[in-house]
Amino acid sequence: MSILVVIEQSDGGVHRMSREAIAAGQALGRDLDLPVSALLLGNDLSSRCETLQSMQLHEILKVEHPLLRSYSSDGFSQALAQVIQNESPKYVIAGHTYMVRDFFPRVSAKLNIPFLADNIAYRVDGDTLILNKQLFSAKLAADFVPSDDGSCIISFQSAAFQEDDVATGSEVTVREVAITLDDSSIRSTSEEPFQEIAGAVDLSSAEVIVSVGRGIGKEENLPLAKELAQALGAELASSRPVVDAGWLEGYHQIGSSGQTVAPKLYFALGISGAIQHVVGMKGSKNICVINKDPEAPIFELADYGVIGDLVEIVPKLTETVLGVKS
Amino acid sequence: MKIAVLVKQVPSGDSPLRIADDSLWVKEENVSFITNESDSYAVEEALQLREKSGDGEVVAVSLGPERAQRAIREALSKGADRGIHVQQSYPYHSDPLEIARALAAAMAGEKFDLVLSGLQSDDYGFGQVGVILGEKLGMTTATLVMATELSDGRLMVKRELESGWFQWVSLTLPASISIQSGINTPRYPSLKGIMGAKKKVIESVTPENGDKPAQSISKVYIPQKTKRTEMIEGTVDQQVERLVQVLKKEIRII
Repeated sequence: MSILVVIEQSDGGVHRMSREAIAAGQALGRDLDLPVSALLLGNDLSSRCETLQSMQLHEILKVEHPLLRSYSSDGFSQALAQVIQNESPKYVIAGHTYMVRDFFPRVSAKLNIPFLADNIAYRVDGDTLILNKQLFSAKLAADFVPSDDGSCIISFQSAAFQEDDVATGSEVTVREVAITLDDSSIRSTSEEPFQEIAGAVDLSSAEVIVSVGRGIGKEENLPLAKELAQALGAELASSRPVVDAGWLEGYHQIGSSGQTVAPKLYFALGISGAIQHVVGMKGSKNICVINKDPEAPIFELADYGVIGDLVEIVPKLTETVLGVKS
Repeated sequence: MKIAVLVKQVPSGDSPLRIADDSLWVKEENVSFITNESDSYAVEEALQLREKSGDGEVVAVSLGPERAQRAIREALSKGADRGIHVQQSYPYHSDPLEIARALAAAMAGEKFDLVLSGLQSDDYGFGQVGVILGEKLGMTTATLVMATELSDGRLMVKRELESGWFQWVSLTLPASISIQSGINTPRYPSLKGIMGAKKKVIESVTPENGDKPAQSISKVYIPQKTKRTEMIEGTVDQQVERLVQVLKKEIRII
């Protein structure tokens, strides 16, 4: 019986959400008295391996294979399924990243074991592990349980656990794990990743962000938000629907498919607070919300909330802010 | 090119969500059901792929109770050729493996070249069914697709990665891909389309009672609020006054 945390790389290092997953694994390990190991999949894993060796882990399992040099759903799903079959961990844990979303369901399908995805917390009740997941864009939540006591795969949403909470250790044993992969079973080829827009604004360093959502209503109302941003010396950002509608360039987008920010003030205008957006901004020090829908889940995160029509409130606010500043 | 597109009915965003007496789902009375948002983009992408390849067939597939036929009928009215309804008397199934197994059983004989699905449903949000279905049917898979191109018997997909990065991936067919919202502009059904859809066939399939689910919901609840929020009330002028005070004195950014 053990816990295995699957590590993903990012910029050659360990992905932030994999560090959070180690914190989750360690917490669960303490609660259930189970050893926690980490799994590296890929090629040329030495630097990531070194990072992990300073963490409190039972073992580091290393799967190196030339066919895992670049990511493929075929290759990674076969590799992970083989490791789970050979090692029989009770819980396989990972961050709910785009890569995990891409290949973990296939591992679940290959082994007929459940993948309890995108959880925000867990609790242990007797012998049962209960996972908390948001439903309906966080308007409701649910407890999920695996149906039997076989292996199960679990992913946690960004910021469900803190990387600062990772317990440190030293000189963790590294064990090479052999897998077999056939060239012909990798049926896809990938090109180099690219960014679409040059000169994109790095919102992650902004002190103040004014962010607009679908609730702005129409493109003609955008200047209201731009003027407030200007008055506050803030960067302008948005949720996905505003970018999808073509009102703002993609680099303004905050959330799972956009940027992750933690400014001193996040001013959310007409943003409902879908999970995909929230994961990109919930670390903000102060969150101020204007929304006409009192049921909008964004209010759950707000330090200051105004229920009202932003078309009416924002221009007056901009004017008053400018008055105070001058 | 034989294309299947998975569509799911979900409660609309403005429907009242009240928890059912058994605490396992929401009360369905007073809930209006609509086609899941990213599924509408998948339907549009399927129709465009059929139009570009010049021939072929788009089959709309939905799993759910009787009402799920409305989601299929909507896809038919936009131009899909026929439908498959996988009957589930129990309206809510909380295991993506179980759902995908039932779909795989209903679809295996069709030998689809391509399966398109929405990225995730707006209710459960598993984001797994299309991928598991692809694995069960021996297909290649890709998720978060933002563009598609068919060339030389392969499918090129532009995948969205994190933090504004993208990547083109070339897949062999058959393939099952999940479509990200915003990939295209979904069409509205025309009056002619709506009339024509009435003559199109929806085949109804009842799945055999398979294995038990691998995971299930034990309780649905209203999330507990963890943060203390100051709700700023009053007239617009009073609200603005308090906001400025907060910005100046408490957050100190002006």
